[in-house]
Amino acid sequence: MNGAGIIKGLVETARNFAGSYHDRERLTTVQYPEETLPPVENARTLPFLVYDGGDAMAGLRCTACMICEKECPPQCIYIIKDQARKPDYMGKMQLQPKVFDIDMSVCMSCGICVEVCPFDAIKMDQVFELSTDDRFAGLLFDNEKLARPNEYFRQLHKTEASEVDARREEEKRKAAAKAAAKPPLPGGVK
Amino acid sequence: MSGADQIFVWIGHEAAGWAPAPAQPLVSAILAIAGIMAVFGACFALTTVAERKILGRMQNRFGPNRVGPYGLFQPLADGVKMLTKEDIVPFSADKTLHFLAPLVLTVPVWLAFAVLPFGRNMSALDLDCGVLFFFAIGSASELAVFMAGWSSQNKYSLVGAMRAIAQMISYEVPLVLSTVPVLMLAGSLSLNGIVAAQGSHTIGGLARWNVFTPWGLAGLLLFLIAATAESNRSPFDLPEGESEIIAGYLTEYSGFKYALFFLGEYLGLFAVTGLAVTLFLGGWHAPFQWLEWAPSWLWFGAKFSVLIFLFIWARATLPRLRLDQLLNFSWRFLAPLSLINLAVAAAWHWTGAWESAAAAPVRWLLCAALIALPAHWLGRALRGRLPPPRKYRYAE
Repeated sequence: MNGAGIIKGLVETARNFAGSYHDRERLTTVQYPEETLPPVENARTLPFLVYDGGDAMAGLRCTACMICEKECPPQCIYIIKDQARKPDYMGKMQLQPKVFDIDMSVCMSCGICVEVCPFDAIKMDQVFELSTDDRFAGLLFDNEKLARPNEYFRQLHKTEASEVDARREEEKRKAAAKAAAKPPLPGGVK
Repeated sequence: MSGADQIFVWIGHEAAGWAPAPAQPLVSAILAIAGIMAVFGACFALTTVAERKILGRMQNRFGPNRVGPYGLFQPLADGVKMLTKEDIVPFSADKTLHFLAPLVLTVPVWLAFAVLPFGRNMSALDLDCGVLFFFAIGSASELAVFMAGWSSQNKYSLVGAMRAIAQMISYEVPLVLSTVPVLMLAGSLSLNGIVAAQGSHTIGGLARWNVFTPWGLAGLLLFLIAATAESNRSPFDLPEGESEIIAGYLTEYSGFKYALFFLGEYLGLFAVTGLAVTLFLGGWHAPFQWLEWAPSWLWFGAKFSVLIFLFIWARATLPRLRLDQLLNFSWRFLAPLSLINLAVAAAWHWTGAWESAAAAPVRWLLCAALIALPAHWLGRALRGRLPPPRKYRYAE
């Protein structure tokens, strides 16, 4: 019959029209500022720096090795090494950054810094509400602003964080065992 | 008659009465114009937000719900946005035509409202040739569309304008032809006369609207389809097909001029809907005799709103046609069918003299068959002309 398909379509839209008032499940819209979707574990937006312990600047895992700065494709990372050293989780003395800046307006969220970091010091965050009225200073994040505790990382990326934690525990244990097994060499040679 | 029915007429009379006697015709004319512009301007604002909300709901979305309660102040926000936008005129455009086109579209559309009877004693201008005036004025919009497309000096604008001209001229034929049976059986070109001709009632108290006859029902459907195409609405919105030609003849318009085009299109839709109500749905008459106590303008508004909802519903449902489908549909289906409808109306008129108990249903069925069968055959013939369904060799 002529127009049977049109009538079928009209019935479908009418059903949507009435149904969207009747049951809320039909409306798939998430009304953003008031409601948000639950976070997804694999979501990755922008990098942050991980620290252990209570003091952010003292517990920073970053050793200012400069690999991420060199690898960063848009070159949004800027590091200056500090002269002072501090012990890392295995008791080894490491460098630390004096300045660690990421220009968030330049960062393209590729995550290469995370992949190349040998110290698990930089990880990807899930924030996306970074709008500011100052696009230069407001989006240039220093190490104070980038530092997040390991608990935060664990909360965001559960699987990755537990894998990192387990590996670091293992390394720590091995280092301790090695130090215990090997007597210090005579003559104080390191 | 109840006081509420004539309240606007009364207010107009009282207000004009304050003016000195020589100025009274002018004052009452200005009052009528102001009334029409206020009511249909508000109607335009309301329809834009209602359309977006209804479209949203039909696609399982919320629609605008941010500005004011339930998003009702959305037209205000849109208006402020439109008025404060930069008005860009292309460097190589024909500046005069580019400026005039939105005005040429909007002014005649307002004029078309002059002859529509919105209620008892409520038409601004009771012309003897109201229908003729309406269509004569309405065809000015084609000129405006082509002015806009030509003066923009943009290929998309020109293609859009050419599509619009082809479409509007093609659909003007069924639009006008589908009204002819009404004019013939009412014996009047005056819209008030046509409303009066539908004012009587059958024994059951049901009104004698044209839509309750086979030719009237077919005529209304033909008229609504042609009106959709005339006002460039989906599924006949080829002139503005966004996916193909950006915005058609509106491509080079922005700011207030764009808003004027928008206004003109909606007002054209309102005018032609008002005409459909007047011609086929009994104008301001109530559907039943025992409902005549309600104000006549309320009945007009109710029918008007229902038809506007139908247009929005169709827009939410149907995808856009291709140009050859569009023109085939008009010339090979709508135009012949509206001619056949004329003959059906004649048959209905002659069989009106039958006098027997079974006459009424037999007459109805006979006339319905006279229009339904040609519609069926024409539809089949139309489908036969379409290319066969495309076969996908690899993507199955």
